[in-house]
Amino acid sequence: MADEGGIQEPRETNRVWHKGLLNNQEKVAIETANEGSGKMIVDSLGKTYGSGPFRQYILRDCSFVLEEQKLTILIGPSGCGKSTLINILAGYEEADSGTATLDGAPVGEPNKDRLVVFQETALFPWMTTLGNVTYGPRVQRNRPKDEIETEALGLLEKVGLEEFRDKYPIQLSGGMQRRAELVRAMINNPRVMLLDEPFRGLDAMTRELMQEHYVRLFEERRQTTLFVTSEIDEAIFLADTLLIMTNGPGRIKKSIPIDMPWPRTPDMLTSMEYLRYKEEALDLLHEEALKAFAADNKIAADFLEAYEATKTESVSASR
Amino acid sequence: MEYDPASESAPDISGRGRSRGFSALRYKFENLFKSRDLYLGLFGIIAFVGTWHLLTGVLTLPRFEKLPNPVAVLTEFTSRHPVFGTSIYAPQYYLHILWSVWRIIEAFFLATLLGVPIGLFMGWKKVFKDYTFPILEMLRPIPVLAWVPLAILMWPGREAPIIFLAFLASFFATILNTLLGVESIDESYFRAARCLGSRPRHIFFRVVIPGALPFIFTGLQIGMGVAWFSLVAAEMLSGEYGLGYLVWDSYVLIQYPVIIIAMVTMGVTGFLFSLLIRMVGNALMRWTVREAT
Repeated sequence: MADEGGIQEPRETNRVWHKGLLNNQEKVAIETANEGSGKMIVDSLGKTYGSGPFRQYILRDCSFVLEEQKLTILIGPSGCGKSTLINILAGYEEADSGTATLDGAPVGEPNKDRLVVFQETALFPWMTTLGNVTYGPRVQRNRPKDEIETEALGLLEKVGLEEFRDKYPIQLSGGMQRRAELVRAMINNPRVMLLDEPFRGLDAMTRELMQEHYVRLFEERRQTTLFVTSEIDEAIFLADTLLIMTNGPGRIKKSIPIDMPWPRTPDMLTSMEYLRYKEEALDLLHEEALKAFAADNKIAADFLEAYEATKTESVSASR
Repeated sequence: MEYDPASESAPDISGRGRSRGFSALRYKFENLFKSRDLYLGLFGIIAFVGTWHLLTGVLTLPRFEKLPNPVAVLTEFTSRHPVFGTSIYAPQYYLHILWSVWRIIEAFFLATLLGVPIGLFMGWKKVFKDYTFPILEMLRPIPVLAWVPLAILMWPGREAPIIFLAFLASFFATILNTLLGVESIDESYFRAARCLGSRPRHIFFRVVIPGALPFIFTGLQIGMGVAWFSLVAAEMLSGEYGLGYLVWDSYVLIQYPVIIIAMVTMGVTGFLFSLLIRMVGNALMRWTVREAT
């Protein structure tokens, strides 16, 4: 029963989205829009670095599913192999064992089916905002130029960047650069979007704003997405499904469906169900941090300290 | 949850176009006269010329008595009927400049036309670099003057060897800097380009070339400098016209003030060429400038 609401909602959104397309755009656009929803199955992925006695397991028996049109959030302690996982799924690195398939076909070389937005900004500094956003469709040459531009401007408007279309990345603020980069990836309608801590390094206020922008963008297209983060609030706020990763070697410890209605709004951050999810996630992360601390991981000590503080806070809030 | 532009601070760069560009230029110009740097620089030049005059014209110290003093140079330079035939009124003077400039242009363009593509290709394809880099690193340290005999043996006539020598120095500097430029491009741009669906040619034209541009222009400036250097050396050895020839000819004919005139002319011409390259570079690389002017 609980799952039903979570599934119906995206379908509804999708239908509306298609209707809008039929009114405005060409047949080609519908085809490309359909691409924006693949299903990715990751099965017992393993990856090691080094050899002999220096062999280190980064990923071990890592399995999960990215459901079509769902926003899956991956959270785990620092250094648990999240970035390695993204690199493998994108095709920049190869796994030692296990498989990752997208709509039944194993993933290979990087291509536009699996678009990555990295932690660090990778907007081309020599192109304007509009130039960057339209880069993908322009090199893929599957759509007429004016149509690409119209779509790009529409998306830029959605994230409040339409005035900055002719500015170069160096002239944009950090938050604007991130938004432009999200749009640059999204416009290609990839079957899977892979986001590797896209809002890392932004200050807390900008980050919140970015999350709201992101919710709007995601709702617009409902592309299958894997979103990696180390922020628990961000994770629950955005997730359809929350994956909790173990401390190295990385593996999925638990998959928690987050059954809160879309669109997500900031006031949900104080709801009872939200706090329940948070407590569950934090407890799982806490276990991992304890293990990491036992293995002499200094970063884990910070988490443990922060955990104690949040714990008391959330308990008093739920009363 | 409506987007509120005021909630995120953004640099005020909404384009108010040309008029702002012009007023910015005027502001810079006015500020130039207010800044201390200009006067300190002028003072340095005056002190230098003053010392030169003191040593050669007033005190005439032992090793300085043969050197032309600035007054003699200036008189010769501005004379309608120059004693040694070289002044701003002598067509001969401009002919020398034109010859040198023409040779520099030929050598520099040849070096750019060949050096930039080779450098780009070396940076882009590892195999090509593996083949060519060792040769490059072996040839590059050889001083251009050591090439003089081979240049004369290899090339017919008088012009070709001179241009070859000027070209050679510039060529190596251009290749090396272009190569460094490609290697300086952050890996994340290649990764982004690949997953956005680029074919290799897209990566070459839209990532490699623009990404290497800042280094390429540094290379071109260095290339221009060394091209002048080797041109003058080559003109001294063989030549009928040109500023290098003028320097050497005046020395042989004991027309010492002309040496200084030719030297200063080289300095000014070289500076103007550098400026030109910088201006072209800035026009092509507006994306490196934070403020839109």
